[in-house]
Amino acid sequence: MSKVARIISWFDKRTTWRSLYQKHMSQYDAPKNFNFWYFMGSLALLVLGIQLISGIFLAMFYVPTPKDAFASIEYIMRDVNYGWLIRYIHTTGASLFFCVIYLHMFKAIMYGSYKKPRELLWVFGMLIYLILLAEAFMGYLLPWGQMSYWGAQVITSLFGAIPVVGNKLMLWIRGDYNIAGATLSRFYALHIVGLPLLLVMLVWQHLAALHKVGSNNPDGIEIKKHLNKAGKPFDSIPFHPYYTVKDIFGMAIFLIIFAAIIFFAPTMGGYFLEHANFIPANPLITPPDIAPVWYMTPFYAILRAIPDKLTGVIAMIFAIVILFFLPWLDRCEVKSIRYRGWSFKLALAIFVISFVVLGYLGTVTVNTLTISLARICAITYFGFFLLMPFYTRFEKTKAVPKRVKR
Amino acid sequence: MKRWWGLLIVLLPLVVMAASYEGVPLEKPTINYSDKASLQRGAKYFMNYCSGCHSLQYLRYEQMAQGIGIVDKNGQVLNQLVKKNLIFTGAKITDPIISTMSEQQGIDWFGIAPPDLTLEVRSKGAPWIYTYLRSFYQDKKRPLGTNNLLYPDMAMPNVLEPLQGVQIPVSESHVIKGLKLVKLGSLSPKEFDKMLNDLVNFLAFASEPEKAERHKIGVLVILFLVIFALLAYLLKKAYWEDIS
Repeated sequence: MSKVARIISWFDKRTTWRSLYQKHMSQYDAPKNFNFWYFMGSLALLVLGIQLISGIFLAMFYVPTPKDAFASIEYIMRDVNYGWLIRYIHTTGASLFFCVIYLHMFKAIMYGSYKKPRELLWVFGMLIYLILLAEAFMGYLLPWGQMSYWGAQVITSLFGAIPVVGNKLMLWIRGDYNIAGATLSRFYALHIVGLPLLLVMLVWQHLAALHKVGSNNPDGIEIKKHLNKAGKPFDSIPFHPYYTVKDIFGMAIFLIIFAAIIFFAPTMGGYFLEHANFIPANPLITPPDIAPVWYMTPFYAILRAIPDKLTGVIAMIFAIVILFFLPWLDRCEVKSIRYRGWSFKLALAIFVISFVVLGYLGTVTVNTLTISLARICAITYFGFFLLMPFYTRFEKTKAVPKRVKR
Repeated sequence: MKRWWGLLIVLLPLVVMAASYEGVPLEKPTINYSDKASLQRGAKYFMNYCSGCHSLQYLRYEQMAQGIGIVDKNGQVLNQLVKKNLIFTGAKITDPIISTMSEQQGIDWFGIAPPDLTLEVRSKGAPWIYTYLRSFYQDKKRPLGTNNLLYPDMAMPNVLEPLQGVQIPVSESHVIKGLKLVKLGSLSPKEFDKMLNDLVNFLAFASEPEKAERHKIGVLVILFLVIFALLAYLLKKAYWEDIS
């Protein structure tokens, strides 16, 4: 036995590393027909890593107090060596995380990846999305700019709309009567320790659930139904090396886009970093327009479209929560959009348009036209989910082939 | 078609920009970081006309000198030159650019402390500042005898009047339609615009002093990633050759 083999076998006797590696990499049977959309999972993992590492470096210099928070960010941007790079990596990463996650979720809807037996996989994914929203929201307070402050003020005030316990709850969340030092330090603690830990654990559960049931694919066919003599699915290939090399290529392309934004358009015209956030937080001056960052604006538009505050809050929460129930709302047996009927395709198209338009409306000033448009889009948004049991039940589907196409 | 939906989700909110002010149209200055002469003139104007009241608290004199090119052949900042010509306070070259006027003095004299200008270009944009500084006009009703078309009833005096001259409003049925120069200052309108452009260019630099370096590194990083992506593609192709 060579020296290297002896060292490896020494570890094999004492760890489960080899079986983990085999289970999740070298002997994980992935369908051979993954397309563009299947890059998103690995990209999400990449961005998570980037955010964790850049976040650690930012935490070394950031000061979570109302007096120094804003100045410490400028200190990072100007006096820390390559601090601007680390900060722009983190801010760009936050937005691109949501880009990737939205595309990832869209893929799941398109190919029916939430359907039996992958319901729990979808639920874990939704939990990740929920925690990610909270993580991003709390992180956005930390620069202590005008938009940080007033955005947090508006969002936390929503809890005040809850009957009976609302005001107490709002006070408990803020730790003060307004957004203040107490809020900043607790958001900081949750942003850098609490929620990231939860995220990493949920990502692990998401992956574990995926590898237990096996990956779906663009054809929506269960590859495990057709096994060869060795008990492996005919249409599968080992994840490593085939998808690792493919994902490395995907990551390279993604990083080119990432770098282009960091180095040449870090604020993305006010969408990734809002202009008003370059003014230090001032509790006495409310900015004329308060808008969250783009990835939350669809829900913000729904909130604003409804005149009654409590109803608006309920609608906004419902808009996110309803996604959890997707596996049970969709009654169609066929998974992939490739073999589904026109009713689902049409509904999905309307849903995507509503979501994008709502996202845009959430960034602009309110007037009667935008309000009416937001109401229409909110109705179509909810219609996609609430009518789903009906339009999917009697859907005219195409015949699904037995084996996948490449 | 299916692929386009995904792209739509990402791109639509990014490309649509909502940044138009109603009323006064914004004039666009030329922002050019590599024009060191313009930046240096801008720094001169800032120190002479602005720094009495406004600070650049996140920019150090040394960083400024480095960025606008007050350096010798080896890239070392020319300390004495900066001290003699651009530092009007007792500050050291490594200190941030802080005005000698205190916040309380600002409140006592003008009713409000003059804002720090380090990040002004990032929050309001260069065109806003450029247009603002050209839009002062004579208004006897205001305490300092001056008003502004873009930002009405502001507290700031028209410090550039000796250079620009006196502007008066041109009204149509009590609505101001534009401004007219009635008394020439020490600069011609063309020279004044050029001077303002230098000043705003300098403020843009102050708001993002790393920008020039950022762009330089960015090109190299992307070049590296493109080569990496190409190799990654070839590797993928080689591995996937036998998959049917």
